[in-house]
Amino acid sequence: MKLGRLLAVMLKELRQLRRDRITLAMIIGIPVMQLVLFGYAINLNLRGLSAGVADMANTSGSRALVMDMVATGVIQPTLAANTPQQLMDALRRGEISVGVVVPPDFERRRIDGREAVQVLVDGSDTVVQSAAVQLAQVPLDNSRALANATGARETTPQQISVVSFYNPQRRSAVNIVPGLIGVILTMTMVLFTGVSIVRERERGNMELLIATPVTSAELMIGKVLPYVAIGLVQTTLVLLLGLWLFQVPVRGSVLDVYLAAMLLVVANLTLGLLISTRAQSQFQAMQMTFFVFLPSILLSGFMFPFAGMPRAIQWFAEILPLTHFLRLIRGIMLRGAGIVELWREVAALVVFTAVMMTAAILRFRKRLD
Amino acid sequence: MAIESANAGDGDVAIRARGLTKRFGDLVAVDHVDLTVPKQQVYGFLGPNGSGKSTTIRMLCGLLTPTAGEIEVLGLRIPEQAEALRLRIGYMTQKFSLFEDLTVRENLEFLAAVQGLDKPRARKRIDELVAQYRFEDRQKQLAGTLSGGQKQRLALAGAVIHEPELLFLDEPTSAVDPESRRDFWEKLFDLADAGTTLLVSTHYMDEAERCHRIAILDSGRLVADGTPGELTSALAGRTLEVRAAQPRRAQQALVGLPGVLSVAQIGNSLRVLVAENGDANSRVAEALRNAGLQAEVAPADPNLEDVFVSATRGQPAQREAA
Repeated sequence: MKLGRLLAVMLKELRQLRRDRITLAMIIGIPVMQLVLFGYAINLNLRGLSAGVADMANTSGSRALVMDMVATGVIQPTLAANTPQQLMDALRRGEISVGVVVPPDFERRRIDGREAVQVLVDGSDTVVQSAAVQLAQVPLDNSRALANATGARETTPQQISVVSFYNPQRRSAVNIVPGLIGVILTMTMVLFTGVSIVRERERGNMELLIATPVTSAELMIGKVLPYVAIGLVQTTLVLLLGLWLFQVPVRGSVLDVYLAAMLLVVANLTLGLLISTRAQSQFQAMQMTFFVFLPSILLSGFMFPFAGMPRAIQWFAEILPLTHFLRLIRGIMLRGAGIVELWREVAALVVFTAVMMTAAILRFRKRLD
Repeated sequence: MAIESANAGDGDVAIRARGLTKRFGDLVAVDHVDLTVPKQQVYGFLGPNGSGKSTTIRMLCGLLTPTAGEIEVLGLRIPEQAEALRLRIGYMTQKFSLFEDLTVRENLEFLAAVQGLDKPRARKRIDELVAQYRFEDRQKQLAGTLSGGQKQRLALAGAVIHEPELLFLDEPTSAVDPESRRDFWEKLFDLADAGTTLLVSTHYMDEAERCHRIAILDSGRLVADGTPGELTSALAGRTLEVRAAQPRRAQQALVGLPGVLSVAQIGNSLRVLVAENGDANSRVAEALRNAGLQAEVAPADPNLEDVFVSATRGQPAQREAA
């Protein structure tokens, strides 16, 4: 391995990258987009659902109730209807997400303690459905139950039982942002190097490269190194946006966060290289990347708790770099652990990288056959 | 075979291959080819598409592993010593293989660094090549936006950046206009003059004619080998020109006649290639008379196209005789 040739490959990669607008856009765009999307999705505190109101009682009590519901901010009245039928039609057409029906005998029902108000909910959207439960918390004057009609027409007998539903919102946002660093790095890093070698094969550059004295290792490492820097830029971006948008703290050392991110970046880059030596075309490389990305996101513990998975799946998930990174980053960022305490995860990532890099270099033949 | 005559002392031989064979599954792409390429010459590989030219060149550079046979290039055993060979050869691929999203100068800088030229030497060499290959005002242009002829020039400049002893060129001019082709060949002779050995594959007869020696490949087999002069003079007396009032009908009368290898119409006359049997001239005239056609039969000077036709269409026995 000669440093001059390694630097030449790196310089070439950087120069090509500088002219590759789409990849540049991906480097910044994917972290920002994912953070905003996931940040928004986990923020289940829905606001401003369009609602239709059919107040058939039209008493001071019923008007006050509707006002209270609007005051929660969950609904935004956009339609005044006369009958429940009109609300149901509007709901089916998708014009409103929530319908509030106040029957003509609202006052008497309230006194009798029967169901006094019905909330119709677009049950095809689970987020909306759960948001409606919030509406049911709006107290009637005498704290009587409010009927909640979802698709299944289940009634919510007591307000208290609903409250616990929503408790952990804040915590999950904090939980997801560190994991998101891992998801973003897995998605972009595997893809970048996944297409890198196969692209040169497709464009015909490979025949030139293998006829020169450049070695497999120089080519592979020279291709990986520029992306390590890019991975750290992405990490910084997510950390800053996480802090700014969601007030996600870094309780451990920032240096440890970067070390952990670097380990994941290198692991993913070498995995991408291995994909690139196998794939016949850039399209195939992207398909293979997807095969890595899906299990990573579903099985690593990012989406679903790791402990809840069957034993066999857990073993499989232990192979994925993201699984180990999640334990590392959550430990460092949320529990304030040091990277040394989490040496098992570090070791797993290092071993993964070494195996992948060796396999990629061995698989890459400086031959055409 | 003509090969033996080229076998001077070993020090004068750049490439020697014996029984070179490459199979891809059932397909025999290269079939027992014996080659000897002398140093400091332009050696041509002539053959139709799919005749095994590229495969042979790739095996000689060590990019493909031969199924069978022995190769020695610049005294190195290939493919075993291919890495050592890479420092001493240049290879220009058939398809443009420089980076289209790098500029002219960036491409040359990359190749110079990869070939191990140190910074000052690389800069000097690149300046030299830029001037020599007329890229002075295009150094910052992306290679992908160059014209076909410019790309070929740049590819050649890149292939010789480390001043290789031996240069392989795989159909370098296939996508280039005639003017650029002539210009390109001037560059090749400059290189040969400076002591480089060149192996060029082509399917253009006029290019083959300019080579010091040529080898003709057909369906993976070497069917002729020698200097263009040797190869054409071996056909002396076997090419005839037939001037007839009705060349189309004359052609029909001659096709299939025993001993006639090919009949090609060229304007108002026919060019006839016959097998080596002495009395071809009179038999052709007789066949035309029997068909009731007015025609004049005269001997013609054989050219490389005739060599190519006789080599690829002749019977094996006749090829041996040639």
